[in-house]
Amino acid sequence: MYSDKVMEHFMNPRNVGELEDASGVGTVGNAKCGDIMRIYLDIDDDTHIINDVKFKTFGCGAAIATSSMATELVKGKTIEEALKITNTAVMEALDGLPPVKVHCSLLAEEAIHAALWDYAQKNNIVIEGLKAPKSDIHEDE
Amino acid sequence: MIYLDNAATTRVKEEVLEAMKPYFCDKFYNPSSIYGPSRDVTKEINNARKFIAQSIGASENEIYFTSGGSEADNWAIKGIALSRKDKGRHIITSKIEHHAVLETCKQLESLGFEVTYLNVNSEGLISLSELEDSIREDTILVSVMSANNEIGVIEPIKEIGEICHKHNVLFHTDAVQSYGNINIDVNDMNIDLLSTSAHKLHGPKGIGFLYVKRGVMISPLISGGNQERGKRAGTTNSALIIGFAKAIELKLRDMKSNNEYVLNLRNHLVTRVMKEIPYVRINGSMENRLPGNINFSFRFIEGEGMLLKLDMAGICASSGSACTSGSLDPSHVLLAIGLPHEIAHGSLRISINEENTMEEMDETVDVLVKVIRELRSMSPLYEDFVKKEGSVNV
Repeated sequence: MYSDKVMEHFMNPRNVGELEDASGVGTVGNAKCGDIMRIYLDIDDDTHIINDVKFKTFGCGAAIATSSMATELVKGKTIEEALKITNTAVMEALDGLPPVKVHCSLLAEEAIHAALWDYAQKNNIVIEGLKAPKSDIHEDE
Repeated sequence: MIYLDNAATTRVKEEVLEAMKPYFCDKFYNPSSIYGPSRDVTKEINNARKFIAQSIGASENEIYFTSGGSEADNWAIKGIALSRKDKGRHIITSKIEHHAVLETCKQLESLGFEVTYLNVNSEGLISLSELEDSIREDTILVSVMSANNEIGVIEPIKEIGEICHKHNVLFHTDAVQSYGNINIDVNDMNIDLLSTSAHKLHGPKGIGFLYVKRGVMISPLISGGNQERGKRAGTTNSALIIGFAKAIELKLRDMKSNNEYVLNLRNHLVTRVMKEIPYVRINGSMENRLPGNINFSFRFIEGEGMLLKLDMAGICASSGSACTSGSLDPSHVLLAIGLPHEIAHGSLRISINEENTMEEMDETVDVLVKVIRELRSMSPLYEDFVKKEGSVNV
């Protein structure tokens, strides 16, 4: 059901981990649905370039693979470039996802946006085109 | 490859395959035809039917072959609902039934029937008093499985049947998981209808039976022929019926020694997992349980990732996570025994049978220890837990 690319990223996920003193952290999803993604960004305040990115994900194979691919796609990009990376781009880079797993790629996009939002809040800046995160981690229901 | 998904399906035994072979090319005749070769096949099918009937203490004219367990479940419930709809339109079942039962009940609800879904306790057992309290004047059928497919819990079938009969209500049990693993006697256990499937016990896929007690009126689900005494149309599936009978013959012959062997494997696996992996729980009763079933929940991880990693290591198992069910909700069985969603998502079902070995159990635990550690190391839930609790050993 998964493409070779998805399986490859699932088995060898890139950028797993945490960043101490991250510029921005975003956590989206909830345990009830079975997916939580947390993205850490290290952003250069002057150039707005994402120097480093790490993730932690609780979720299925697709959730882990999309986290891995999304972090690869934003690494080294500017904030403005990173904002243009959509869930479709993540899916395409993974050679597609089964229809029931498309929400995983949306979650990856949201996680990056949430981390950027956190960065903007911390630094009191406005990132054009960035909205407050739609979903955030819920406590146990 | 290590196959630990015997509750999903089993390998057809060579003896079973050999028993079926003649019925494809040589004895291919339609058993309903009038000529000699057909009559010979009919005799062999009758012998198979008689053997299968005896295996549950029934007589041969109470056994109706179906395409498998799902059809038998559908037929039992819809067939009784149709034939008794003028007597009443209330059905009682449990929250942990197989979807073949639950979805059938949902369909009947859309047709004006009322269904009561019995709760189970944290062990996975229904309450006999809740059952008795739920029976109404218009209750026509109670359907409770004999053993659960996910957590292997064995329900108190005999007592359920007693309560049903005290109130003149028919009792159906889905015995797909239990048939061949525990002793079943339909008379002793007060069972009126019982569903089974062959492929769970080394038989072929595509064959099962519904036992219907003599005198119980049931409407057919599939009409259009006189097969199965006019109750289930469709050309008699000679090869699969013969294979089914051979499979249950072997299964019952070796049941006692196989169960002891399998229980020993399972206990070894459970002991090691509980000792070597922290933050794990066992789902379902350990006392009332099929010997080959074990169901764990590993906290902070999701089941599908675990299955994929086990698969990469050559281990086949199953999970109750949402991702493996095709919906957003985890297993209805695990939710019914009271697990929170995120713990239900991290479940692993291992179903062992007599073809597994002790070496396989050890290799499975070795791999599992590694897989759980890897997945936890990338889990934000685990990260939060560690930060809250201070450092912990995984």
